[in-house]
Amino acid sequence: MLSFIARRLGLLIPTFFGITLLTFALIRLIPGDPVEVMMGERRVDPEMHAQAMERLGLNKPLPAQYVDYIGKLAQGDLGESLRSRESVWSEFLTLFPATVELAFCALLFAGVFGLLAGVIAALKRGSLFDHGVMGISLTGYSMPIFWWGLVLIMFFSVKLGWTPVTGRIDVLMDIEPRTGFMLIDTLLSDEEGAFKDALMHLILPSIVLGTIPLAVIARMTRSSMLEVLREDYIRTARAKGLSPARIVFIHGLRNALIPVLTVFGLQIGTLLGGAVLTETIFSWPGIGKWLIEAIGARDYPVVQNGILLIACLVILVNFVVDILYGLANPRIRHQR
Amino acid sequence: MSLLQIDNLNVRFGDANAVPVVDGLDLAVDAGEILAIVGESGSGKSVTMMALMGLIDAPGRITADTLRFAGTDMLKLSARQRRKVVGKDIAMVFQDPMTALNPSFTVGYQIEEVLRQHLGLKGKAARQRALELLQKVEIPAAESRLDAYPHQLSGGMSQRVAIAMAIAGEPKLLIADEPTTALDVTIQAQIMELLVNLQKERNMALILITHDLAVVAETARRVCVMYAGQAVEVGQVPELFEVPAHPYSEALLAAIPEHSIGAERLATLPGIVPGRYDRPQGCLLSPRCPYVQEHCRRQRPALDPKAHSLARCFYPLNQEVA
Amino acid sequence: MTSPISKAGTAPGAVDHSSLYPSPYKEFWQAFSRNKGAVAGLAFMLLVVFCALFAPWVAPHNPSEQYRDFLLTPPVWLEGGTWQFVLGTDELGRDLLSRLIQGARLSLLIGLSSVVMSLIPGILLGLFAGFFPRLLGPSIMRLMDVMLALPSLLLAVAIVAILGPGLINTVIAIAIVSLPSYVRLTRAAVMGELNRDYVTAARLAGAGLPRLMFVTVLPNCMAPLIVQATLSFSSAILDAAALGFLGLGVQPPTPEWGTMLASARDYIERAWWVVSLPGLTILLSVLAINLMGDGLRDALDPKLKNAA
Repeated sequence: MLSFIARRLGLLIPTFFGITLLTFALIRLIPGDPVEVMMGERRVDPEMHAQAMERLGLNKPLPAQYVDYIGKLAQGDLGESLRSRESVWSEFLTLFPATVELAFCALLFAGVFGLLAGVIAALKRGSLFDHGVMGISLTGYSMPIFWWGLVLIMFFSVKLGWTPVTGRIDVLMDIEPRTGFMLIDTLLSDEEGAFKDALMHLILPSIVLGTIPLAVIARMTRSSMLEVLREDYIRTARAKGLSPARIVFIHGLRNALIPVLTVFGLQIGTLLGGAVLTETIFSWPGIGKWLIEAIGARDYPVVQNGILLIACLVILVNFVVDILYGLANPRIRHQR
Repeated sequence: MSLLQIDNLNVRFGDANAVPVVDGLDLAVDAGEILAIVGESGSGKSVTMMALMGLIDAPGRITADTLRFAGTDMLKLSARQRRKVVGKDIAMVFQDPMTALNPSFTVGYQIEEVLRQHLGLKGKAARQRALELLQKVEIPAAESRLDAYPHQLSGGMSQRVAIAMAIAGEPKLLIADEPTTALDVTIQAQIMELLVNLQKERNMALILITHDLAVVAETARRVCVMYAGQAVEVGQVPELFEVPAHPYSEALLAAIPEHSIGAERLATLPGIVPGRYDRPQGCLLSPRCPYVQEHCRRQRPALDPKAHSLARCFYPLNQEVA
Repeated sequence: MTSPISKAGTAPGAVDHSSLYPSPYKEFWQAFSRNKGAVAGLAFMLLVVFCALFAPWVAPHNPSEQYRDFLLTPPVWLEGGTWQFVLGTDELGRDLLSRLIQGARLSLLIGLSSVVMSLIPGILLGLFAGFFPRLLGPSIMRLMDVMLALPSLLLAVAIVAILGPGLINTVIAIAIVSLPSYVRLTRAAVMGELNRDYVTAARLAGAGLPRLMFVTVLPNCMAPLIVQATLSFSSAILDAAALGFLGLGVQPPTPEWGTMLASARDYIERAWWVVSLPGLTILLSVLAINLMGDGLRDALDPKLKNAA
């Protein structure tokens, strides 16, 4: 198992350097003079210009600049935001839990309902339920989620008044950010009804963000389950006199999950992309909204290293999924 | 009374008018006996046994006058009641051991599952019993194999595990569906020997589905020859081999290389088994039978007692009584 | 014994060969039309294409003309609606239907040009990666891995952040984003085909590398590529709309569907139609293309049927 992990880790290194090249190039490919673009002024005082060039490390030859960039990254220096003068890393850390909380709830929603719908559709193949699940999941897969979010807000928040429109918590509530996860922080605080309020704020964004993963997981689970149910070992399990629930959920699902898990992992990347849109619609203070605002404000250090951080996150998640894949599938684990 | 009594079993896929895959099959198995069922692929051997185990799903339909096992009417059992019998009193070993075991669970887990389900054994007791079962089926270093996954075992080893799983519930009837077909020739004899030894030791009934007549001759006491979903001849082993009554049995025997020493080439029956849509009106073998008469083409024979066996033929062979 | 054989011998002569071996196009259409969803998708897309091609004649109004007296007029079936503006007007009094029809033009243009711009280099890179598995192949694939490490929308956002917003930059960004899937798919198909005997035969017959690549191998890899092109056409429309919605794509007042949604956000409480209709148009178009893609996949490549 350890050698399996080590091999997968080895594969990550070139990918990581590729990403740094991309983000390194990002700031240097901006058409025009980077300092002027960043300051938003046409004529910058030459002395200030030179200082800015030096601060950004843009006055050396490109290879040296890249070595500098990697060196700074190795020291954990991700630069500072042009707007707030705060370090990119600390901004990221404050906003990150909000995105994680949202993504986690969205995946939970997508995973639970997607697996359930997929399994039932496979068991009742050709039934009305099956056709319904397939139709809805194709619609979900085709959904422009930024619009979907607006429709849900229009219906549940504006028309019915059931859920709040934006943010993570009522503005009048004072919640001390202990963990950064609002669901946990509200539980720890004495503010009455805070947990329920945080939950209500989470529902719509989670549904919006979870829609596409839900569709993909349902489709994948169905086809994978159909395949597994035809296998000989399912017949063996039935010949052992096991209960249908045990056959489906232990012998069937355990094997059907292997491809679904891979898809699940790939969905986490898509999810972070979707988080950009979802957070923008719901004014959710996470890294997606942060990045879009930084682009709008030409806050290039944030754009550059924000993208780097998100890319690393995706690589890391895919790595973990790979390991889980190995755990779920003994045949892969024992490969030498 | 026999352990297993099957009268007029029909299995159809589709509506009641669909061509039956198993057609009016009668079969009886006594406790502790070995019965072989032979016939070419698609003759309904496996489907019969799947029907007995309740493994036929819609659109498959089962009808029978009697389907009785150890005094219980299997047709009247609810699914839940049947699961108490299947896997415990009737167990089955399948053809391809490499796909019959679940790749995601250890050998030990899959054996212990049966012990927990049918004998209520848990934890250490179950593991101990699983170990004994692996030793019983002569798996070397059984202790370490308990935690092995199926893909780490060879085909012969997997089949031993499958057998251990099948005998875990102390069955009264073990059905082995071509248990050696997917294995190397050198392993085949070992597995057969193991099955026969287990059968003797536990006095279980063993139904051996096979198309290897040499194996039948060595192991079985009685044999049932199936053709196109029907039992065409049922008889005692030495007699049926020496004086087959049905032309199809004769043709099967003639196709064994040992029987045709001196002949230029192996005897074969021309044509193929009738399919779903081209079943003849009369005897199912009539288009291929070398002894066919006009009568055979018009009417279907019943399975009747003949001189040495039961056979489904109007003009049986070898009828002179010695 | 003689009669069945002679019967079998004469039977095939009587059979009409044309029904046994239909032309590939006919066979394809038979398989495709069996899928009702795919046919419905095709019909809807034909309508959209028609609207896009003949937008100036189909649209009842000039899409950018502002009718100051008709701000936020509801659609005709609601109280206060008028036949003059069938689907109502937006916050500046522009006719929604005309804008949606004009938007179809843009979306199809973006979809089509980004597919072409990624399909061609994608196939080339994939072919090279497949034919040179020693050095060039792995390095191309590593590069694609890097691109795949970023979620597609985020990569598009990053590219637009460099290039600046706008129609052409949107197309470029989307083309770059969908490149890796073509490369991977082509390479996988090429690797599969290279081991076949007909490729060896062509090699032995002295076919040169370009001939092997484009004439021998490529046509046999087309089925999955066509399916992928359909799917990436739909995701191109989605991504373009998302970029427009974020204010990074096509800029207002151009009537792009996503851009229209972005400016409609403020009227969510007052005028549901300015929010609902552009999104519904996006959803229906993308759904129609995906339905067609499913039908194409089933008809062209039965092997892919169970892939999600």
